[in-house]
Amino acid sequence: MTDVKATFPHLGNYFVPLEVLFTAGIEVDYIVPPPITNRTLELGTRHSPDFVCTPFKYNLGNYIESLEAGANTLVQVGGACRLDYYGELHEQILRDLGYDFRFVNIGSTKLTKPLTFYNILKEINPDMTLKNIARVLPVVLKMIQYIDEAEDFIRKNIGFERNPGEFDHTHQRFLLEMRSIRSKKELYNYYIKYMNIFKSIEVDKPKKPLRVGVIGEYYTIMVPFSNHFIEKELATMGIVIDRWMNLTNSVIHDFRPEAKEHIKNYVTFDMGATAMYTIDKALQFAKKGYDGIIHVKSFGCTPETDAIPVLQNISSDYKIPILYFSFDSQTSEIGIKTRLEAFYDMIIMRKEAV
Amino acid sequence: MFIMKADREKPAKVTVGIPKALLYFKYFHLWESFFQTLGINYIVSPDTNKDILNKGINYAVDEACLSSKIYLGHVAWLMGKCDYILVPRISSFGKAGKVCTKFYAIYDLVMSTFTDSDFKLINYNIDSTNSENERKAFVKMGVALGKSKSQSLYAYIIAKQTQKTQLNIIKNEQLKLLNKDGIKILIIAHRYTVLDKYIGEPIVRLLKQMGTTPIFGHVVDTKEALVRSEEISKTLPWLFNKELIGALALYKDKVDGIILMTTFPCGPDSLVNEVVIRKIKDKPILNLILDGQEGTAGLETRLESFIDIIKFKRSDEID
Ligand code: SF4
Ligand code: SF4
Repeated sequence: MTDVKATFPHLGNYFVPLEVLFTAGIEVDYIVPPPITNRTLELGTRHSPDFVCTPFKYNLGNYIESLEAGANTLVQVGGACRLDYYGELHEQILRDLGYDFRFVNIGSTKLTKPLTFYNILKEINPDMTLKNIARVLPVVLKMIQYIDEAEDFIRKNIGFERNPGEFDHTHQRFLLEMRSIRSKKELYNYYIKYMNIFKSIEVDKPKKPLRVGVIGEYYTIMVPFSNHFIEKELATMGIVIDRWMNLTNSVIHDFRPEAKEHIKNYVTFDMGATAMYTIDKALQFAKKGYDGIIHVKSFGCTPETDAIPVLQNISSDYKIPILYFSFDSQTSEIGIKTRLEAFYDMIIMRKEAV
Repeated sequence: MFIMKADREKPAKVTVGIPKALLYFKYFHLWESFFQTLGINYIVSPDTNKDILNKGINYAVDEACLSSKIYLGHVAWLMGKCDYILVPRISSFGKAGKVCTKFYAIYDLVMSTFTDSDFKLINYNIDSTNSENERKAFVKMGVALGKSKSQSLYAYIIAKQTQKTQLNIIKNEQLKLLNKDGIKILIIAHRYTVLDKYIGEPIVRLLKQMGTTPIFGHVVDTKEALVRSEEISKTLPWLFNKELIGALALYKDKVDGIILMTTFPCGPDSLVNEVVIRKIKDKPILNLILDGQEGTAGLETRLESFIDIIKFKRSDEID
């Protein structure tokens, strides 16, 4: 073992497969960033430039709290949009704050190819072996997929559980126990077992429940704290929540050609980052007759801001209401609640009118 | 029969409308010369004014950057005044770098914003990662406007030459200014910000009135700038910002102060300006964020105190 203590900013519940990747695959210690709290956002905001998109601020907050927890190697990726430039400025800010650490900026790499992955991750631990990473990477990718499938199921059912808290509780156990799994076979059995448990949770679902699709910018949609737990809020109103965006659909698979084809009546070119997926899914939810759509993004997010006029056209063509949320570090909790409630009242009235 | 023949001999003359915003300020030599050579009519929207700005604000999503709001204002002005509006789309120049996603989106943004009007866009697409380069894109555009391939290619070559000559003249003028005595202020800003008559120009004018010489970051040899940019930032992905940062590296020691001029809430600048402020410690820097609503009075005060700091520093150095 080396003395490397690596960390990577939070993204939903993916710290579980990431921890396996780092500890078993790269063979270094992994510091899971402390859970995101107001302090995380406050720290990140204080040291970030004013109107940078909010994921930058959250990431910075995670780094600071992980450094406090003993991390000495910070990892950042690229991929699209401003994210490609996050790393250099994160590093500079943290150095100016006087922290001592190694910063590994792995840029935009296809996650699914063991060999390229290996060459880049060697920077984190030169002693890591290709054999090991080739063994662990498939397990990690499967974990991501299983987490995504389980969470998709939860979103669609949690609003109807008979015993409040049962889904959450089982979800937490599912994630916690997953952390010790190292083989694909074991993981598969584990997944089957848990999906059965999830499915056996008693729900009171009406025949035709309200259905709302959630779309929007990558980070904000995947990090519940950053969208003020909007999915949970909606679920408690007794709504089926459908959200397509996750790591499986964006990083592991490439659905861009399909998306482009689906939306060709609305858009000719790729508008950047997740905009095409946002539009594609909005159109799909509209065509499937969902009761409403919620669009989330961080304040000033360029590609998602540019997608809004297209969404407005879809909304008027298909007569489907879309609620737009833009979050920054000072978004008011009350404002969000009020708008969600008004949205709920509207979609329920529309449903009753039909 | 007769009418049809006459029709064929004299096709109705089309007019292309060019919005005087965003990429116009980088490419106007190229565009205008291209259309002139092909004998295609074109009109350019007027300088940005309050009315155009307000139109843009009306059409745009609240959070969009000021520069793109202005753009939509110019497009709105051109509606009904021409047959086609030129809205190019750029995503990548290959290895040289990519651009802000606004330029990926602008064509579809215009298409989906003006749904209530009847209009046609003429577009060219540059996406070097998908082998759509500028030359191919211009030939396609010429063909779409009813010219032949070879005519279009010829016009493109002429236009490119014109652009080169013009840019050289501008560069040489600036070289002279760089060697002038007196206070020189380097302005790091996108062309469409600093050259816009309503947004950046008033600031340039104020600087001149205060007896200083403005130097423009965008007037620079691109190749040289791209190389030098690495001295300040190594992973900068956006070509236009990279060029400006390279200019900063090139001109920094010849000027007395630096103004970073940004339209709110510009995505790339939100990060790049912070990098500059944290890395350049030996020159005074003024970070101006413009939202189109600031009065000249407020700007004047900020510029004056900035110049005062510079003067103070200079007298210090001379003592
Ligand atoms: S997609 Fe939006 S939030 Fe993400 S980096 Fe780009 S601008 Fe920022
Ligand atoms: S670079 Fe900035 S000002 Fe220019 S279009 Fe993009 S966000 Fe707007």
